[in-house]
Amino acid sequence: MSDVLIPRRDLDFLLGDWLRLDELLEAPTFATHTRDDVAAVLDLSERVAADLFLPVYKRADQVEPTLDADGVKVLPEIAAAVRGYAELGLFAAGFDEALGGMALPSLVCTASLAQFMAANLSASAFVMLTTANARLIAAFGTPAQIDAFARPGIAGQAMGTMCLSEPQAGSSLADIRTRAEPDGEDALGRRFRLTGNKMWISGGDHDVSDNIVHLVLAKVPGPDGQLVEGTSGISLFIVPKRLPSGERNDVAVAGLNHKMGYRGIPNCLLNLGERGGAVGWLVGEIGQGLPIMFQMMNEARINVGLGAAAVAYRGYRHALRYATERLQGRPLDAPRGVTIAPVPIIEHADVKRMLLAQKVYAEGALALILYCARLVDEHDDADAGELLGLLTPVAKTWPSEWGLVANDLAIQVHGGYGYTRDFDVEQLYRDNRLNPIHEGTTGIQALDLLGRKTLKSNGRGYAVLRQRVDATIARAEDDPRLAAYGELLADAWDHIAAVVDGLRPLDPAAALENATPFLSAFGHAVLAWLWLDQAVVAASLGDDAFHRGKLWACRFFFETEVPKIATWLDFVDSHSDVASAAPADIF
Amino acid sequence: MKILVPVKRVVDYNVKVRVKPDQTGVELANIKMSMNPFDEIAVEEAIRLKEKGIATEIVAVSIGVQQSQETIRTALAMGADRGILVTTDVAVEPLAVAKLLAKIAEEEQPQLIILGKQAIDDDSNQTGQMLAALLGWAQGTFASKVEPSGDTVNVTREVDGGLETLTLKLPAIVTTDLRLNEPRYASLPNIMKAKSKPIAAKTPADYGVDVTPRLTTVKVAEPAKRQAGIKVKTVDELIDNLKSVGVLS
Repeated sequence: MSDVLIPRRDLDFLLGDWLRLDELLEAPTFATHTRDDVAAVLDLSERVAADLFLPVYKRADQVEPTLDADGVKVLPEIAAAVRGYAELGLFAAGFDEALGGMALPSLVCTASLAQFMAANLSASAFVMLTTANARLIAAFGTPAQIDAFARPGIAGQAMGTMCLSEPQAGSSLADIRTRAEPDGEDALGRRFRLTGNKMWISGGDHDVSDNIVHLVLAKVPGPDGQLVEGTSGISLFIVPKRLPSGERNDVAVAGLNHKMGYRGIPNCLLNLGERGGAVGWLVGEIGQGLPIMFQMMNEARINVGLGAAAVAYRGYRHALRYATERLQGRPLDAPRGVTIAPVPIIEHADVKRMLLAQKVYAEGALALILYCARLVDEHDDADAGELLGLLTPVAKTWPSEWGLVANDLAIQVHGGYGYTRDFDVEQLYRDNRLNPIHEGTTGIQALDLLGRKTLKSNGRGYAVLRQRVDATIARAEDDPRLAAYGELLADAWDHIAAVVDGLRPLDPAAALENATPFLSAFGHAVLAWLWLDQAVVAASLGDDAFHRGKLWACRFFFETEVPKIATWLDFVDSHSDVASAAPADIF
Repeated sequence: MKILVPVKRVVDYNVKVRVKPDQTGVELANIKMSMNPFDEIAVEEAIRLKEKGIATEIVAVSIGVQQSQETIRTALAMGADRGILVTTDVAVEPLAVAKLLAKIAEEEQPQLIILGKQAIDDDSNQTGQMLAALLGWAQGTFASKVEPSGDTVNVTREVDGGLETLTLKLPAIVTTDLRLNEPRYASLPNIMKAKSKPIAAKTPADYGVDVTPRLTTVKVAEPAKRQAGIKVKTVDELIDNLKSVGVLS
């Protein structure tokens, strides 16, 4: 619909040709859906994203949410866009039919959401938070809790949040201090009264929906009245803004955070229990809060990657349009003394380099997330589950880090214009800058990947990944254009395995001190695999410009990005203490 | 009241249309196709009449290649009740379409046929008028308001001088203009429900209509590129120039 959203041609390639949508639709879970249904869903998404979400992109940045005595108000057009999304039944797309959903594959829902995120990331955050919230309640809540709190979210009538961080504890959830005191039991389960402060709560209050369902982590005091140390004392509670009686719960907005970007959705500091304790119902068992919350966290992490990919893609589309329209300069090899008209800047080698970099980052990031969505759809397959777990920190981080680089290059292609607020690319950059931070920073993801998912894991995820990487290499061997990349890819993964072996004997602190460069290398090796895999498929489909573009992107990735892998890995392999040993007084 | 709504599959209005290198037509391979926007307005109007309790059944008809079924599905997802797909690989012309629709109207006996005033691919603006002539029914073209009451329908038309309101005896033909309504999106649940609505599969032969084109396309070409202008120094010079090319006297 709009030339700045994600081209349908690419989504059709990624879903249909590369990720074999037809095979997925043959699975019994999805057998009621056809390729035509998927096309209709993508048509609808593209159109509604262009009509409702895109036109308010800029204004939502200029007119921030406000807080007054009645609570938080968002830009009315943002509220209208989210309500429009709800009226079309899109919140329900991925839920089971028993819950009023459409049971569409995660792959299709993800592709649909990508368009909304490209059009307006912060408006789409209402969707991403609410669906993840409702899915958690649907998975772990009692039937009464599901009816009261998940169904309104699935219908898009009540928005959801996740309340983990506190002013003094964000990445370190073990240190949270919100207390939950037992307050009897009713039809909705074990009732508690919560007191504490929750920080960085996106959608913490607003006038998009009448009710808001908060999922809150808190600690239940022991018999001595003390909170249990560590994460094992954390429990999860449903704390609605409005109680089933219609009365306001004891949840107050203490303030709004004034953000660099991502401004369509308010970000709040919430005070629970200013008037004696916010009513909350326990989800699952006491002490099970964190493992349960991780279901929502993992989904949110992949969706953060999706948002980052979508915004990177949008920036690339803007840069591409500008580069084909903007006339500036002449070819370097133009004959002297002859008057030549200026050329579109896409003719210049350095602009092409910047466009290619954006192409591999943006399209690559989207491919990674859709691959993960396909793994979500294969949930009956244990291998797919292991691989998804291993790839989740990459899905969160790679699009966030490299999508931001793409947005930086989109500004660069626009030159001075890109630095002005008259164009969208500076806003895209500011919006995307949140993504390496929220839902677990890049540093936290690196610890997750190298610690929990590598050194402390049974290695099954790695085995599945290597098997799939080798299958891609084998398929690339038959194509003279791609065979050499297969060898480079095998080298990268052998190198990773050797580095990991070298880290195993170290004590945990030493092994993890350079976890972030390890994540960088691992992420690039995953993307090298996915680019080669896409190139193999594209090569088999034809020699038109679109498919040639995928091969060209693969070549660019192997020539310019893959060499970085060894640099990162050599540093990790040196077991350098240059960062960890740096005394604080040298700074 | 039964309403018949013909819907045409055309190149999506957002697609930048390109002429084929051999100049025989426009590029259709790998091009996004969707329902003619004027037909969407027709479907929407029929649905609104049904929601008001005036219409009882809406039948969407498409004539064209097999994939025109998707266009009917869109109409069904918006709220039409059933479809009729007349399949042909021939590039049908307005007269052939009008003849087929006349046969379908004889079978279906609708009280109202609402068509888009034209299709955005060939801009013919003929089918509704031809259909009215073939059936001998009254016609209200370029409608911006449609109000049936009893055995008549009031149609407000957009004409050069403003608005003209006609009272037509039913059954009648109405063709839609842009300002008649704003079509709805088909919601996700309705897209899924549309799958179980019936679509009858027909061919032109079933209706005994010969759809062979009567026109030959000689050549399709891009519009001529605009020539560069000239700069003039004074208003007088501008006026002289305009006079010399004959636009001022």
